Amino acid sequence: MAELDTSGGGKHKGGKVRSKKASTRVDLTAMVDLAFLLITFFMFTTTLNKPKAMNLAMPDNSDTKIQMPVAETRTMTILLGGKNKLMWYMGQAGKTAPTVEGYGATQLRKTIVENQKNVAATHAAGDNDMIVLIKPSDKSTYENLVNVLDEMSIANIKRYAIVKITPIELDALKTQGLLQ
Amino acid sequence: MPRVKVARKSTAIDMTAMCDVAFLLLTFFILTAKPKVEDPSKAEVPASIKEVTIPDDNVLTISVGKQNKMFLSFSGTDVRAETLKSMGEKYKVDFTPAEINRFSNTEVFGVPMSQLKQFLGTPTSDLKSFEQRGIPADTTVSNELSDWILTARKADKGLHNQDYHIAIKGDRQEQYPAINTVIAILGHQKQFKFDLITSLKAAPKK
Repeated sequence: MAELDTSGGGKHKGGKVRSKKASTRVDLTAMVDLAFLLITFFMFTTTLNKPKAMNLAMPDNSDTKIQMPVAETRTMTILLGGKNKLMWYMGQAGKTAPTVEGYGATQLRKTIVENQKNVAATHAAGDNDMIVLIKPSDKSTYENLVNVLDEMSIANIKRYAIVKITPIELDALKTQGLLQ
Repeated sequence: MPRVKVARKSTAIDMTAMCDVAFLLLTFFILTAKPKVEDPSKAEVPASIKEVTIPDDNVLTISVGKQNKMFLSFSGTDVRAETLKSMGEKYKVDFTPAEINRFSNTEVFGVPMSQLKQFLGTPTSDLKSFEQRGIPADTTVSNELSDWILTARKADKGLHNQDYHIAIKGDRQEQYPAINTVIAILGHQKQFKFDLITSLKAAPKK
């Protein structure tokens, strides 16, 4: 029958009882496993990418004394309507018919670059950068605004401002059905 | 000739170095970890190509969530406590020390003044189901949101002598008037520079 050997070695009969030298090595496998598990956990829970932001500086409207004359031929006005559509025109409101366009690389971005070139070509050097007025209507979304602001930095437009929309421009949007 | 005996190597590997590295990394991640704060505004931010990062501390964020709900979040537990005290005086609401303590540990909130006491009395585990109605911001001259921002800025100036970095977080489908309200409030307080929080998208190739 199976029996447990309880004699405890039996080699040392009579001799000195030597304590067995235990190895100092510890099996670290489990510890490493645990460590890596925790690492993975912390890696996934930390927000590695901090939120990005775009700077926006609004004009100080408390001081109405500072007025800067600007050639109207150098200004491009972008009206942000509903349905992810926009309208733009160069110069003064009502004089040139606004063009309806969408957002995106092939539409708004192309137009901005073309207008920028036209303005640069028709004005004296040194004072020929284009000025963009962004006029969001109540039907435009925040994303539309951010998109247009993005286009400003892509096209490297130095001077742009978010301006309140005028009734004439609202009418223009309405006739195109972009105010719903 | 005797056969060449291949020494049988032990399969146990020395894990000491690996363990060291693992724990070093673990310590690093634990120390840098910042628990994700649940954003009650649930704003889906639009994408932009700008890569400006928002500083970690001293930020005041106004979030505009779905249905034009306004949420406010500003850093500094001492500033939050101070702000709540001043707001309590202004709106004639008495806050208990426990409520002030609770508020100073609340990262984001979006409740009107009338609902605030109830909000601060709700246990943390029930907060997820607590419907925050948003901070009222109907008129631009004097409304609760504007008061909160102003009081917080004053408290930050008084306690730390620094100015808050202001950020706006808006949902991408948000209609422009909601954002305009926030901009108008800030403009009224002579704050014309702020950041719009966006997610990153690749810049177009030139």
